[in-house]
Amino acid sequence: MAQDVNIKITDRNGVTHEVLAPTDMNMNLMELIRSYELAEEGTLGICGGMAMCASCQVYILNDVVPIDRNPDEEAMLDEAYHVQPNSRLGCQIPITENLEGLAIQIALEQ
Amino acid sequence: MIETDIVIIGAGPTGLFAVFEAGLLQMKCHIIDALPQPGGQLAELYPKKPIFDIPGYPEVLAGDLVNNLMEQIKQFQPGFTLGETAETIDKLEDDTFVVTTKEGTKHKAKAVAIAGGLGTFEPRKPVLKDIEFYELEDRGVDYFVKDPEKYRDKNIVIAGGGDSALDWSVFLSNVAKSVTLVHRRNEFRGALDSVEKVKELKDVGKIKLITPAEVVGFNGSERITAVDIEINGARMNVECDYFIPLFGLTPKLGPIADWGLEIEKNAIKVNNALDYQTNIDGIYAIGDVNTYPGKLKLILCGFHEATLMCQSVYNRINPGKRYVLKYTTVSGVDGFDGTRKEAEKAVVKAIE
Repeated sequence: MAQDVNIKITDRNGVTHEVLAPTDMNMNLMELIRSYELAEEGTLGICGGMAMCASCQVYILNDVVPIDRNPDEEAMLDEAYHVQPNSRLGCQIPITENLEGLAIQIALEQ
Repeated sequence: MIETDIVIIGAGPTGLFAVFEAGLLQMKCHIIDALPQPGGQLAELYPKKPIFDIPGYPEVLAGDLVNNLMEQIKQFQPGFTLGETAETIDKLEDDTFVVTTKEGTKHKAKAVAIAGGLGTFEPRKPVLKDIEFYELEDRGVDYFVKDPEKYRDKNIVIAGGGDSALDWSVFLSNVAKSVTLVHRRNEFRGALDSVEKVKELKDVGKIKLITPAEVVGFNGSERITAVDIEINGARMNVECDYFIPLFGLTPKLGPIADWGLEIEKNAIKVNNALDYQTNIDGIYAIGDVNTYPGKLKLILCGFHEATLMCQSVYNRINPGKRYVLKYTTVSGVDGFDGTRKEAEKAVVKAIE
């Protein structure tokens, strides 16, 4: 049976939330942040998760997942602001059991 | 002053379909949108992406859906004020409204439907010193290409790596004196054929490509005369009359937020039990811009909301007049352009 995973998300106000993320709902990190309403409505996931707006940029804070960006993600981040070496697009990170213990921070609004 | 029955703010799929539903009830519409073309997010963000949850379309490209909606409403001759942002709204004593854009275009209507999606799309501006100065009064920074003729025989620098930057570079290469495209990386995010076209034009000297590079400053006291470009740690100077940064758009609720409407979580609260009317009588909000218990931000929900909104506006404009719901298959569609569409009548023959 699929397990929920524990993920720490620091919002744009610097508050860290420990949330349970389901691994059996085909969700990604952007959708997880939206479902817990951790960013102001209309400011995150604007393109719906197509790596076309960078509004769901997050910083990976630990080494639970490698910082391997796919080409779409790389191209979008190259046009985004507040980009750091550990930046990823939340919409490009599917929630799997490998994410147990992941810590991320939501980047500033674009 | 433009006069109509319903002013629709937002030319996304919900706003466009509202024109059709209003047309069935013989009401005329005029659409205002901040973007220079209709289609909203679908046209601006993902025209080449397929959508799978439009009823009757197993798969449809976002751009094709917009084109189909435009075709569907053509018969109802909507008016468009594109490339202008709705700035103010005034309710007159006779219960009509005047919506005025930032550019001063006035629209008078018996009802207003806000179909603004996530809000007004505003350009994502590069963080550059003095950019605010140069973006005013034709001083050289433009975020949209509204009239390509403006750039005839001028030196243009475009920045960005997506479809807009590629497409406008290609287009303006036939209009401008010179086009320089600056991008932070060597790879582009646009459609493959657009990338190929830019490469071809670069090879024949019609586009100057500078990558991986970034515009980092401006020259010129009254208006832009050149931009500073950083490439591999070094700086170069490129003379130009216009700098057009095309880094995508970001939605903001914009002036609508100051219209006295009840706002909750960046969306407009409406009465969903009845007709999607806001707290101001005669102003409706439909599609992604509204919120109510159980709201789902889906195109098909916007279509439904547009339909109910139109019924309510009909009753508002025609108090006491009885309306009977009709089906287009039975009653046909009477366009304002004199066209009539109707199902073929069956021929009944007697059996002898």
